[in-house]
Amino acid sequence: MSLGSPATTDLVTETTPVATSTSAGPELVQLLTPEGERVEHPDYPLSLSDDEYRAMYRDLVLVRRIDVEATALQRQGELGIWAALLGQEAAQVGSGRALRPQDFAFPTYREHGVAWCRGVDPLRLLGLFRGVSNGGWDPQEKRFNLYTIVIGSQTLHATGYAMGITMDGAVGDADTAEAAIAYFGDGASSQGDVNEAFVWASVYNAPIVFFCQNNQWGISTPTGHQTRIPLYQRARGFGFPGVRVDGNDVLASYAVTRKALDDARTGQGPTLVEAFTYRMGAHTTSDDPTRYRLASELEAWKLKDPLERMKAFLYKQQIVDGGFFEALDAESADLAARIRQGCLAMPDPDPLSLFDNVYAETTQVLRDEREEFAQYLAGFSGGQH
Amino acid sequence: MAQLTMAKALNEGLRKSMEDDAKVVIMGEDVGKLGGVFRVSDGLQKDFGEHRVMDTPLAESGIIGTAIGLAIRGYRPVCEIQFDGFVYPAFDQIVSQLAKIHARSAGQVKMPITVRIPFGGGIGAVEHHSESPEAYFAHTAGLKVVACSNPLDAYFMIQQAIASDDPVVFFEAKRRYWEKAEVDTSAVPAPLWHARVVRPGTDVTLVAYGPMVKTCLDAATAAEEEGRSLEVVDLRSLSPLDFPTVFASVRRTGRLVVVHEAPKSIGLGAEIAARCSEELYYEMEAPVLRVTGFDTPYPPSRLEEEYLPDLDRVLHAVDRSLGY
Repeated sequence: MSLGSPATTDLVTETTPVATSTSAGPELVQLLTPEGERVEHPDYPLSLSDDEYRAMYRDLVLVRRIDVEATALQRQGELGIWAALLGQEAAQVGSGRALRPQDFAFPTYREHGVAWCRGVDPLRLLGLFRGVSNGGWDPQEKRFNLYTIVIGSQTLHATGYAMGITMDGAVGDADTAEAAIAYFGDGASSQGDVNEAFVWASVYNAPIVFFCQNNQWGISTPTGHQTRIPLYQRARGFGFPGVRVDGNDVLASYAVTRKALDDARTGQGPTLVEAFTYRMGAHTTSDDPTRYRLASELEAWKLKDPLERMKAFLYKQQIVDGGFFEALDAESADLAARIRQGCLAMPDPDPLSLFDNVYAETTQVLRDEREEFAQYLAGFSGGQH
Repeated sequence: MAQLTMAKALNEGLRKSMEDDAKVVIMGEDVGKLGGVFRVSDGLQKDFGEHRVMDTPLAESGIIGTAIGLAIRGYRPVCEIQFDGFVYPAFDQIVSQLAKIHARSAGQVKMPITVRIPFGGGIGAVEHHSESPEAYFAHTAGLKVVACSNPLDAYFMIQQAIASDDPVVFFEAKRRYWEKAEVDTSAVPAPLWHARVVRPGTDVTLVAYGPMVKTCLDAATAAEEEGRSLEVVDLRSLSPLDFPTVFASVRRTGRLVVVHEAPKSIGLGAEIAARCSEELYYEMEAPVLRVTGFDTPYPPSRLEEEYLPDLDRVLHAVDRSLGY
């Protein structure tokens, strides 16, 4: 099949036998319907306490609040750009809460919900998008790698890390053994690095979960331009299982990821989890989705909103009351205020800090360059320029 | 003291590093059972096991990318890229990840990874097996780049590169793999980032690295018969460049010819010439000249003798330098 002419490109879109962006197919693992009805799945039994259900909903709400506040800060010129996770909260909170403390996550640049679950202060994320840092937290302390912006690169890092887990003998015990998880998207699934990561993970039987958030869009490009089969089915060709989960269902995302991680840590090798979800916002604040997708598609996905279905579930279970939501609203507002104040107060880095940490052992060439620039800066009155 | 080829000296150096540090692992295509296509890792898998000397799948980006993950886990990987022209599939992982992770993490994540690359021509190979891609890497902040030219340096430099907490791209002059020299393993090695005057002289400085060091030494021997005294500097480190050693030599001779196999434009020679003009403008008797490969793709092997700088082309440049 050639993609050589515009005519055939259109043909691909029309004939590609993938699910449309609102229909995931019967293989979808779901534990919570869009209406908030709890359903069972034979492979993924799940029983959480009332506190855990409430905590999961709290995560969803706070993560969305962080995202909304960051988008607003970008609109007001306080962030250079923001990559919104709107719509993907359940996939991220579900998988993020499935991680055990000893597990290690390798995110892209949109995993604000996973960052939240790993205890990374949201202000650290904002620092990156404000432009005061290219990282912002200690990956080892949080067991959450730095955001990786080149699409798909981190899947190889995660795979190598997982190989190291095996080499350290830290695979086997269901409670204490370790696993890695690599986050990426439907667009990244076309990258060579992701496919190489699949090969490596399979050959080395590495304790890793590949968590693909299929949010239906790689900027303006629909998933049908990345694949002709459902993405989770790709795993079979590499020699490990794939599963498609409802990425707007926090409970299913949790249960499926938990099992995949536990399979990995007990030596059963990798799993590809395709979290079927939807990017309800723009790719980033610089993007304009009205140029390439219909408003009706977004409206259809709004009916599957990850927060609304969990809220409905909590009501149906009768484990929340008005006081719970009021308290959560207040916590949410406080968090937003803290983020806003923290962002505005964030200082620009010292100009000479750009020479810091280029190397573990710096070089004379770099020391000389720094000194020359320092003298140049000092030439301005009061050291200002 | 033993007479070792450069390939064997590298092998001994790798062995020593693996003995000294259990976190050192070797990974690459055919590095295990076969011992590498140049046998540089010969016997290491047998002695250290398949976990420490890994025959990887055939994908260079995967080699570097997984090595990065292993480094995050605390390992100290030594990656072999089988030939110079095969490094480009790994270019993104080297330039965008390996080089930048230390800075991105504000120093919290170290990348003690060595990327070994046999480089240069002169072995009659097919396309993509004779290239000199060092400038791409020397141009990238966050990487260190070195090139060994002889067995003694090879033995120590590979150990120093592996021990470095920074990523090091380690170029091995593949047509010098089989040349022998005395290797005193009890010697005290020079610091890895230092250039070395390998032959003192008074009339013209020749600066080279990797395979061209021997070419320059041969040229200096020939020139001596004509009564000319050439000083030869082996750069050893291409990033950082050891300018003090180069400047000191050029101050002594007043004349400089830079020699490399890589194409002339925007190569290491251009950087060295620019720095000398900034630093030694009033002390040089002649402009800096370059003897290099041409600004062409590396040619089919029947033409490589024309492409590669040789003794005559070096001496021709020496004549031109002395003619100013």
